[in-house]
Amino acid sequence: MEHLINIFVKSIFIDNMVFAYFLGMCSFLAVSKTVKTSMGLGIAVVFVMAITVPVNFLMNKYLLLPGALSWLDPSFASLDLSFLSFIMFIAVIASMVQLVEMIVEKFSPALYNSLGIFLPLIAVNCAILGGSLFMQEREYETLAEATVFGVGSGIGWALAIVSMAAIREKLKYSDIPKPLRGLGIAFILTGLMGIAFMTFMGIKL
Amino acid sequence: MSEVKEREPWFSPKNIKLLTEPIDSKNPVTVLVLGICSALAVTVKLKPAIVMAISVTVVTAFSNLIISLIRNSIPNRIRIIVQLVVIAALVILVDQILKAYVYDVSKQLSVFVGLIITNCIIMGRLEAFALGNKPWPSFLDGIGNGLGYGLILVIVAFFRELLGSGTLFGYRVIPVEWYIKNGGFYENNGMMILPPMALITVGIIIWIQRSRNRKLIEE
Repeated sequence: MEHLINIFVKSIFIDNMVFAYFLGMCSFLAVSKTVKTSMGLGIAVVFVMAITVPVNFLMNKYLLLPGALSWLDPSFASLDLSFLSFIMFIAVIASMVQLVEMIVEKFSPALYNSLGIFLPLIAVNCAILGGSLFMQEREYETLAEATVFGVGSGIGWALAIVSMAAIREKLKYSDIPKPLRGLGIAFILTGLMGIAFMTFMGIKL
Repeated sequence: MSEVKEREPWFSPKNIKLLTEPIDSKNPVTVLVLGICSALAVTVKLKPAIVMAISVTVVTAFSNLIISLIRNSIPNRIRIIVQLVVIAALVILVDQILKAYVYDVSKQLSVFVGLIITNCIIMGRLEAFALGNKPWPSFLDGIGNGLGYGLILVIVAFFRELLGSGTLFGYRVIPVEWYIKNGGFYENNGMMILPPMALITVGIIIWIQRSRNRKLIEE
């Protein structure tokens, strides 16, 4: 249990998807203009990551790893399909996003309208694929670990985008040098927030 | 491209423009805000940055070409899946080639080779350009955007490696005697190696670019 809490806290703060690995920056910069929309996108990302990371974990364990197919037939034990993992992961993610889009459209049309074009874009949000690839690279052993990692990374991303949106809303009232307005200052702000998040690195869990 | 039957020369002024525009005034990273995700994490050293830039250029160019060739037979509803499959296949090829020939760089890039799949530059160019244009201009557009992306990557990596480690391509540029521990006056700026400085460097590049080209300023 302690081990799982460890992974959870680590994936939110220390290995934050945005500030430590720059993942999902495209939608992070494009959608973080108002708190309300970024909250919606953040929740959608948490939801999609909580589903795709465990599903990809099972895919990886029972289909792709060297010898993973031996549950089907002992003669497959020498088979290594791990080179197919990119295509497999992205297929799982694209279909899950489609599913989430349909569910949101049915149960919350208001949220669906405000997220508009960005829901399909979750499929190409690097944070989602990044989560699955990090899960594979760090070799998490159980389904629980992978799930906790997925949820934690999603929450970390949502936290980053909501706090960024809050700062940018206030930024409208400040006098920024003209060429720096918009994108330039957003980059520098993200950098400064990243420095703030680096203070978590010293924490040993 | 127009409907005129007469053949346009391969490097007509229009096509050259496709190649050069993305490098400055339509730069994918600093103007269109595409492909930042993977752009920043690989810029601590020049060598991985250049390998990454070449890989992205190759994938963008060829996925643009392939999608443009089959653009009339892709049903609109499933085009995202089709695009992802084409990109993923190309990225798998690039990944296997990198593993075979430059294994150490491939280890450094780790998951970021896979993340080329979700690099917004590629999807963005496919949606915005390749779906509506002929193969050859699409191919040039892909190369141009790859180069524009690569340029930013190389500039950021140059400063981060020079100021952060005092080397370029792994070769020492700042003499060892200059360092404080050897009785000199110089110390590496350890901050440059850390992730946040990549963002601030790009922010400064945007600032310089927009002061030079006032048309790009947003309100």
